[in-house]
Amino acid sequence: MKMVSVLTDARSIRIKGRSFLAVVLSPDLPLDHWLTRLDDLAARSAGFFFGRPVVLDVTDLPVNRDELKGLVAALAERNVSIMGIEGARPSLIGPGMPPALKGGRPASDVDVANSAPSIEVRTPDSPAEASDAPMVEVSGEVRSTPQSLIIREPVRSGQSVIFTEGDVTVIGSVASGAEIIAGGSVHIYGTLRGRAMAGAIGNSSAQIFCRKLEAELLAIDGVYKMADDMAPDLRGQSVQLWLDGDAIMAEKLS
Amino acid sequence: MGKVIVVTSGKGGVGKTTSTAALGAALAQRGDKVVVVDFDVGLRNLDLVMGAERRVVYDLVNVIQGDAKLPQALIRDKRVESLFLLPASQTRDKDNLTPEGVERVIGELKEHFDWIICDSPAGIERGATLAMRHADIAVVVTNPEVSSVRDSDRIIGLLDSKTVKAESGERMEKHLLLTRYDAVRAERGDMLKVDDVLEILSIPLLGIIPESMDVLKASNIGAPVTVADSRSAPALAYFDAARRLAGEILPITVPGDKRSGGLLSKIFSRRAA
Ligand SMILES: Nc1ncnc2c1ncn2[C@@H]1O[C@H](COP(=O)(O)OP(=O)(O)OP(=O)(O)O)[C@@H](O)[C@H]1O
Ligand SMILES: [Mg+2]
Repeated sequence: MKMVSVLTDARSIRIKGRSFLAVVLSPDLPLDHWLTRLDDLAARSAGFFFGRPVVLDVTDLPVNRDELKGLVAALAERNVSIMGIEGARPSLIGPGMPPALKGGRPASDVDVANSAPSIEVRTPDSPAEASDAPMVEVSGEVRSTPQSLIIREPVRSGQSVIFTEGDVTVIGSVASGAEIIAGGSVHIYGTLRGRAMAGAIGNSSAQIFCRKLEAELLAIDGVYKMADDMAPDLRGQSVQLWLDGDAIMAEKLS
Repeated sequence: MGKVIVVTSGKGGVGKTTSTAALGAALAQRGDKVVVVDFDVGLRNLDLVMGAERRVVYDLVNVIQGDAKLPQALIRDKRVESLFLLPASQTRDKDNLTPEGVERVIGELKEHFDWIICDSPAGIERGATLAMRHADIAVVVTNPEVSSVRDSDRIIGLLDSKTVKAESGERMEKHLLLTRYDAVRAERGDMLKVDDVLEILSIPLLGIIPESMDVLKASNIGAPVTVADSRSAPALAYFDAARRLAGEILPITVPGDKRSGGLLSKIFSRRAA
């Protein structure tokens, strides 16, 4: 934090540092194909990017200044607003473009720079094309001791619980339009109507448990399943979900 | 000190203004001193439903800006002696409501009235958050359909985070008022069931108000439905809801359904526990 005093006014301006969990998009060529896949993802998970900080990573992407400008505009059209561009040569970033970002690394106890956790967004019903899907990379702080977050009331529509340090347990329901994002497993002792994302910064052994499954979206380690992809006989049941390779598996809890 | 109630919903047109007028009148008809406050600056309605539109001289914004004193802006109801209206401004916009001004007016009203009932505008913006800010009790008005239920859920989240009560670590008392309940459509399965709504929102049920022509008739003659026709089905449901607000424990009846009184009273007592 830094304090700056202005002579004309006794009040000081406070400048604070704050870190946010940003979604990183790493496009590949040809860009129109990548955008099509992004549209497909957005259609399956409406509002995924809405109101989230998104960083565009263009490291190793051979584009010129106009192409990059076009890409930012194409994303803006899709309501994905870019807060910064990572890995771009300075000459690529013209006026009116999002600022260049550097050093997007967690600055806490454990440096995860080399094992940069990543989530691949995949369409679970078409594993053959899975590697074609756009990459969404979520990086966050990692602590050395596993932690848990316990919420003792319902998570209401519009609320978002983000806890990358470990497991999230909700004693109550998760409403339609609410979301739980956990670095570890997600446990819902109530009805899961919204979204649950387990292993959100890379953890394929994370699981999702809920007393009653009515979810809009489930994700483990970046592998997604939308409501329509779920077996109808699991609806309304007590369910556990886990990851087997690239597929989300589910089983009723008796 | 009076109790402050906010009547809120998220979604528009679900019956907040109707319910504010009816609950306010019902509490005043019991002899309590009540003021209903219109927070819907720019789209005021409560004056019409109360039949006071031609008596508005000063409004909430005038009082907040210091152009009028509170007693000058309060309008006494012509039929129920202990019922008052603090109207909203139709010409100003909602930016004229300042948090400090609202706090001062509510504080002053608490000294003079048993109940201060705030009619919230729809939405989750400034007007709605200011209306709920100083409430002790929230009445969440919901219609038995999915979009209304989800918006109410959203509002409950705000009640638990953006109010003075929540910020000081206390729990806001919240009640569900299910309105425009249509027995015929419920029978056909065209509406959400009462227990589904209760399960999703998990707050105690204050009452179920039937869909009824009597509500429209009452607003056409400019009277709260409990005053316009105190024997009508919606009026009876609002009277019961008002008694529950005042702390009485009554079984809940589902409008148009003679069998289920017992069943729902079970749900009610469980939820209200
Ligand atoms: N129980 C009912 N039966 C029939 N009509 C009703 C009932 N309750 C409300 N209405 C009608 O629904 C309409 C909307 O009601 P009201 O104005 O009370 O809603 P509101 O939530 O205050 O709306 P807004 O969000 O616009 O302020 C009105 O025309 C009213 O007469
Ligand atoms: Mg209204």
